[in-house]
Amino acid sequence: MAISIGRYTRRGALTIMGVATAALLAAPAAQAKVEGDTIILGSAISLTGKYSTNGIHAQNGYELAVKRINDMGGVKVGGKSYKLKVVYYDDESTPARGAQLAERLIKQDGVQYMLGPYSSGMTKAIAPVTEKYQIPMVEAEGASRSLFTQGYRYLFAVLSTSEQYLASSIALAAEIAEKNGKKPSDVKIAMAFENDPFSQDVRAGVMDDAKKYNMQIIIDDKLPRDLSDMSTTLTKVRAVKPDLLVVSGHSKGAATAARQLAEMKINVPMVAVTHCEAAKIVAKFGATTNDILCPTQWAETLSYSDEYFGTAAEYDALFKATFDGYKNVPYQAAQASAAVIVWKDAFERANSFDRDKVRDALAATDMMTFYGGIRFAPEGNNIAKPMVLRQIQNGTYNVVAPSKYASHPVNWPRKAPGS
Amino acid sequence: MLNNIQLLIDFPVFNLQLLLDGLMIGAIFALAAYGLALVWGVMNVKNLAQGEFVIMGGYIAYYLSIDAVVRIGIPGTDITFFEVMKPGVNPLWALPVVIPIMFGFGWLMYFLIIRYVIDRDLFTSLLATFGAAIVIQQVLNLIFGPDVQTAESGLGTRILFGSVTIQEIRVLSLIIAGILAALVVLFMKNSRMGQAIRATAQDPRAARVMGIDTDRVYAFTFSLNAAICGAAGVLISMIWVIQPFYGIAHSIRSFVIVVAAGLGNLPGVIVTAFGLGALEQYGGFALGAEFQQAVVVGLLIVVLVVRQIMQARHRQVVR
Repeated sequence: MAISIGRYTRRGALTIMGVATAALLAAPAAQAKVEGDTIILGSAISLTGKYSTNGIHAQNGYELAVKRINDMGGVKVGGKSYKLKVVYYDDESTPARGAQLAERLIKQDGVQYMLGPYSSGMTKAIAPVTEKYQIPMVEAEGASRSLFTQGYRYLFAVLSTSEQYLASSIALAAEIAEKNGKKPSDVKIAMAFENDPFSQDVRAGVMDDAKKYNMQIIIDDKLPRDLSDMSTTLTKVRAVKPDLLVVSGHSKGAATAARQLAEMKINVPMVAVTHCEAAKIVAKFGATTNDILCPTQWAETLSYSDEYFGTAAEYDALFKATFDGYKNVPYQAAQASAAVIVWKDAFERANSFDRDKVRDALAATDMMTFYGGIRFAPEGNNIAKPMVLRQIQNGTYNVVAPSKYASHPVNWPRKAPGS
Repeated sequence: MLNNIQLLIDFPVFNLQLLLDGLMIGAIFALAAYGLALVWGVMNVKNLAQGEFVIMGGYIAYYLSIDAVVRIGIPGTDITFFEVMKPGVNPLWALPVVIPIMFGFGWLMYFLIIRYVIDRDLFTSLLATFGAAIVIQQVLNLIFGPDVQTAESGLGTRILFGSVTIQEIRVLSLIIAGILAALVVLFMKNSRMGQAIRATAQDPRAARVMGIDTDRVYAFTFSLNAAICGAAGVLISMIWVIQPFYGIAHSIRSFVIVVAAGLGNLPGVIVTAFGLGALEQYGGFALGAEFQQAVVVGLLIVVLVVRQIMQARHRQVVR
């Protein structure tokens, strides 16, 4: 199915390009931003190639939100109701193709409002194009911090950036310290981060927050790319007894940490690890993974809600009823839906289709959605939604922090498995 | 770094932890290194796919340990001749399965590739085995995907002196590695094939004159190496994690051990492997896990420099 879409698009691309060239010669490009009573959004997204699984999740998220908003009466601008529609092109999971397609959406199809692609890498490829043409883009799938240090004016992201992944564990450690009559500055942190851009972003976030609380960092190990043993780091952990251990090294880091924490019976009251779900640590290591904290962008058990989808749980149910074959709703889909809601809200507040007015309305976004709060920093990243921490409790992931949205109390202190 | 060393002085018990961890993992390094020494010494082939053999063994153990549907049919279609649910077994049972499979694989690889490069220059055999390593990595990646995997032995952990942990699987691995090494040594000493291998290593031409089928000896040596590496891989998959592209680290370790110990020095290979295991642990502790493997390469440079100096001195004496 996915392959046939790809073929169609590629073949179709040539035809459309031919027609478009002819049209360009005949007349200036039509301003296709609003056709009749329909607002056209554009997105180059990975429907084939290595990102296609998540690309399709994101597309489903976009489509669900578009359908929902249209069913609820559409977008009201200037006293008139408009429907939303998204034009997609398949970027084949290649950045160069993504940039080309963004250019085509803007220059030939006349799209004035963009939705993001899937992954930080693709967003990095497309953002310079949208920026050049001053086309606002709301993206939902690029978390890299480096996207928001370029001074982009037209890029807005609804998801939490990578440096926030484990920062909430610092806040939680501070909270627990205070509850136990200790000072947050007494908290000792052990860190083990892979030496790659993503994990170092995560580390930077932890460092910032630790500094804020004046916590002491007593271990700061870098993990290698081909990590298969972190027993030396854990031996150090046993020697210096930190209050919090944070680990980030993609799924290999999660698997190695989960296995060796159990084997070496390491007693740390709080352990937070990224990529628990991707590494399937619960299935692999069973009960020994209990009480490990894992960050996530969104979970269906959160108490967020909005007027479009209701609560996170209602979104979850609607999504499963709309699309076949989903046992769990991936957060990639939820954040894509949130991006569409942000567009709707911005159009209505701008009460205009003027690109710059809409851009300013986007910049002033301050709203609550089923996916979490959305308010953009001047750099374009969302600062209203925290990463949530889930704790593995008897084999299931339960939200435990931030406490405002927690569905279960946090188990603290974590006991070494079997001790 | 100084803090970490101070820690070892203040709490000597952690030295014991690092030493034990290092020695037990070193036993597994010794297996792969011994296989390399064999192939290098007998055939003068420097096998760069050594680590990939280890990882292959690990993946077979992993596959046996999971519940999986075995389907025999035409790939890419729904046509199935035969389908059965394979329950997962304890990966320790993979040892008797992996050894013959990897032996067969080694035999196949010898007749497909190694046979043609064995009497070419060093560079050709390096290139050929490096190419084979890449192919093995990619095939493993296609079959099992790029995620890290582990096999679970289900064994527990013992605690010594209140704060030293010993995983039973590591102790068992040490014993298994010891038994396998002893078997190989006995085989080389006493069997006809072992004698033939040693004769070929000393002088292939003379061995041929004596009626030894050296082609068969080479094939057997290479297959034996693959089987030993596969066994090491089974143990690795139960102690560390495996991933299609992790072979290179094991290849480098084998090279460092063989180069440091010197060719044809079996006790040297074993002692060096134990030493390297412990050195890695100390390096990881003092400098951070990132430098655990850098210590290995650092040792290689030191060994090469020392050898160079010793050789230069030797030549002066001769002059």
